Amino acid sequence: MATERELRKRIRSVTNIGQVTRALEAVSASKVRKAQSRVLATRPYALKAWEVLVHLASQTVGTEELHPLLETREEIKAVTILLLSSDRGLCGAFNANIVRKALEFGRARDLPTILVTVGRKGRDQMYRAGQTIGADFGKLPDDPSILDVTPIAHALIDDFAQGRADVVYLAYMEFVNTLVQRPVVRRLLPLRPEITEDQPVADYLTDGPRPPEERLEYIYEPSAVAILDEVLPRFTELQIYQAVLESQASEHSARMVAMRNASDNAEALVQDLTLARNKARQAAITGELLDIAGGAEALAQARQAA
Amino acid sequence: MSPMRCEIVTQERVVFDQMVDMVVAPGSEGELGILPRHIPLLTALEAGELFVKAGEQEESFAISGGFMEVRPDQVSVLARTAEHAEEIDMARAEAARERAEQLLREGPPPDPDQYRRIEAALRRSQVRLTVVRKRRPRPGPGPMMETRE
Repeated sequence: MATERELRKRIRSVTNIGQVTRALEAVSASKVRKAQSRVLATRPYALKAWEVLVHLASQTVGTEELHPLLETREEIKAVTILLLSSDRGLCGAFNANIVRKALEFGRARDLPTILVTVGRKGRDQMYRAGQTIGADFGKLPDDPSILDVTPIAHALIDDFAQGRADVVYLAYMEFVNTLVQRPVVRRLLPLRPEITEDQPVADYLTDGPRPPEERLEYIYEPSAVAILDEVLPRFTELQIYQAVLESQASEHSARMVAMRNASDNAEALVQDLTLARNKARQAAITGELLDIAGGAEALAQARQAA
Repeated sequence: MSPMRCEIVTQERVVFDQMVDMVVAPGSEGELGILPRHIPLLTALEAGELFVKAGEQEESFAISGGFMEVRPDQVSVLARTAEHAEEIDMARAEAARERAEQLLREGPPPDPDQYRRIEAALRRSQVRLTVVRKRRPRPGPGPMMETRE
């Protein structure tokens, strides 16, 4: 059995760890809020751009001809999946969940799949799983700006436009609430303005104000195609940006929950250890008392004998 | 009451959202002024100054490209970047301009793409500086600034 001294040492270290996890929990909580407010701020642009996009697409029959990014290919030969994960651990099953989802998704399609990864954890796990990693964008800052994701969008648009991928998916942890995050895979390219449901941006469109249904006849300057040229890449960037922010909100909530559990466990452990320490101390005192009593008894007997 | 709503948004935030009387924007085919009840229009935007007028008040923004949707009662500017005159970091814009000019002085780069990028950077920094100069009081007379009593 551990001595009282050893137990005291352990109690101290567990208490310290509990304080650290509690601090991490608080930090994560504030980061969740930040990411959430950031993602909400992107909504006005998303709504408007989507409106324009839907409008432009409805203007012309045969959307596919209008812009390469709208082209749905007949035959899908290659798939690219953009996987968003975290750089750091200590966030529960966050990374494992999204990696598993992306792997299942890839296997179900059974097509040559190239992964583009954001986040060290996802990259490493995919690498160990023997997947092909086409590109890796590391180290997004905690509070990313749109400029941090434009290179990612650029690379994916390039892959799609040049036929290295016939469809591009986006795999990330959707933020439902602090306790629930859902791994999802959604189509990023080609954009299909007529179908809203499986776009990553869908959540931000549904409960927004709907545009009036009146048909407006627009003048285009310089041309509808030139405007699509501007809208489509921007919109793609924005979808990735929103997903990155959601993924971060999810990561921080997952970490927050993991840290709360750790703090709770630390507390329980301290209680157990305290009990054990008290027992050990009591045992030691009893032992000493017996020693003294035994010693006194021996002395008394010795005196009597003398 | 101003009869037209003008919103300026970027991918990251809402920069401006108010009722206004007039919007002047740098369209791809040249500068254009929008008054209420304009015919519906979708246009690409260049880097340049965008300003709005509401009564006596004028607000100026430096934008770097994007597009704009005009409806009879609403103008929506979806800019790549948009900064209010007061937000612009003048020192940074100045430094950017010098950098771009320096690069161009060193002779045109062989890659036409790169050349275009430098030129675009130069234009963006120039736009920012013009907007700041025009809207902020400075010594000497300037065009349409300094509300004199």
